[in-house]
Amino acid sequence: MTVHEDDIEKLAELARVRIAPEEVAEVTTRIATILGLVDQLQSVNTGAVEPMANPLDAVQRLRADAVTEGNRREAFQAIAPAVENGLYLVPKVIE
Amino acid sequence: MRWDVVIGLEVHLQLATESKIFSGAATQFGAEPNTQACAVDLAMPGMLPVLNEQAVRYAVMFGLGIGADIGLRSVFDRKNYFYPDLPKGYQISQFQEPIVGRGHFDIQLEDGSVRRIGITRAHLEEDAGKSLHEDFHDQTGIDLNRAGTPLLEIVSEPDLRSAEEAVAYLKTLHSLVTSLGISDGNMAEGSMRCDVNLSLRPAGSDTLGTRAEIKNVNSFRFVEKAIHYEIERQADILESGGTVVQETRLYDADRDETRSMRSKEVANDYRYFPEPDLLPIIIEQSWVDSLRARLPELPRAKRERFIADYGLSPYDATVLAAQRPLADYYEAVVQACGDAKIGANWVQGELLGQLNRNGLELAQSPVSAEALAALIQRIVDGSISGKIGKQVFEAMWAGEGDADSIIEARGLRQVSDSGALEGMVADVIRGNPEQVAQYQAADEARRKKLSGFFVGQIMKLSKGQANPQMVNDLLTQQLDSASANGDS
Repeated sequence: MTVHEDDIEKLAELARVRIAPEEVAEVTTRIATILGLVDQLQSVNTGAVEPMANPLDAVQRLRADAVTEGNRREAFQAIAPAVENGLYLVPKVIE
Repeated sequence: MRWDVVIGLEVHLQLATESKIFSGAATQFGAEPNTQACAVDLAMPGMLPVLNEQAVRYAVMFGLGIGADIGLRSVFDRKNYFYPDLPKGYQISQFQEPIVGRGHFDIQLEDGSVRRIGITRAHLEEDAGKSLHEDFHDQTGIDLNRAGTPLLEIVSEPDLRSAEEAVAYLKTLHSLVTSLGISDGNMAEGSMRCDVNLSLRPAGSDTLGTRAEIKNVNSFRFVEKAIHYEIERQADILESGGTVVQETRLYDADRDETRSMRSKEVANDYRYFPEPDLLPIIIEQSWVDSLRARLPELPRAKRERFIADYGLSPYDATVLAAQRPLADYYEAVVQACGDAKIGANWVQGELLGQLNRNGLELAQSPVSAEALAALIQRIVDGSISGKIGKQVFEAMWAGEGDADSIIEARGLRQVSDSGALEGMVADVIRGNPEQVAQYQAADEARRKKLSGFFVGQIMKLSKGQANPQMVNDLLTQQLDSASANGDS
């Protein structure tokens, strides 16, 4: 898979990451290198390998169904960029 | 051209846990925004999910209820997509190894026929938050109270063939999960949400056509209407030589139409991969067996028992066994009044009628099972007639007291005093010589019919309080002797 500078610019915008114009070429090369590694991995035949859900040889522990977390809205919303009537505000997501 | 309709349903069922599937925040409906969203639900850095045992138990109980294979090992995966009501940027779900595998249950259609519907799978996942798009000056408000509520996504095989079958499927599923007690099944509060997959194919063909998916239809009635609309839409496209596009559509109840949300070409690639924050879930067979042993009686078994033990008709048994609260109420009535059939009539007729008229849930009924049973006993022992019983029931509903005190206060006790009744019968015969003459001229079969007139008059005279059996006996006696006299 080839990746172009405009892909990187679009991704940066979607991810809300600012990449300086002079850095775009370098970031593109680095991401292309990573994708090259992925291509290399994907060429390995894994047909006979059992999928591994987790590397730990352990089993999930379950918790009892009990409410242990109270209302801490004030503390959480103190660090949110925008709130109103108890809601978190985000840029409009539908037209 | 004639088309076969092929429908598969995906139901998102909220499980009735106290706390969320991966956090200790509460799941109560209707709380102030974001007061039930903790650091895990908000995806604060470093937070880790810990699985709720009750959610796993409920999923397994569902699997047992539909005769499914239970995944003794199941795995959670991340389903990646971007939306602000999903702060982590992924939903924890199950993809490759769900907790409930293939199963089935039977649905009954209105003509009485029964169809077996396959369940492909059911898996555990977390719900997302809610986005509010109005009133925030071009911004979207996010409430994360619902984020992390446990969901069981139940996927059916494409076995359904009409809107009627789809609705019957949902009603049966609703009855099953509420009987199991794993969900409150409250559709208005979003406890059971439905996606409809629908395609058409030429009648008799066995290749599937291209399907459209209708998202988030939240009532039985809307499912029915959305399906009718979508069948017509696809048939129009196909009949004018077009092709159906595989896409996600939204049902708009206000306009009664479905419209495109997004087509699959631009649909998300969810990039599923195993959730590294959770280990595989291993369930012991012995635990599954113990859950099976403690499974509550399911609607189908209850229905059979009601037919066998109480002598109910299949129809009555179906209605009374479908919902656990109603079934429990009915059985409490039977136990207290001792008459299963009259009990069934009263629960289905007067009780459900009043609840419907007043838009109430059974739990809000002002007449308890014991109070209703006490009323029925007065009918069974002949103190009042069934008709008077309805008056008494209405008074009980209005809060005027128990059956006995209402009967007493209003003087409704049935007249079974033969002296008093004889007088009334004689009065009516004397007052209607024309009808008496008709009666006397009639043959046996017609006499039976004509006597209905006299019974009606006597009941009117007694304000409905005459004992109908005694009236019948006395009436026949007096009319026949009157004819005998007339003949001589």
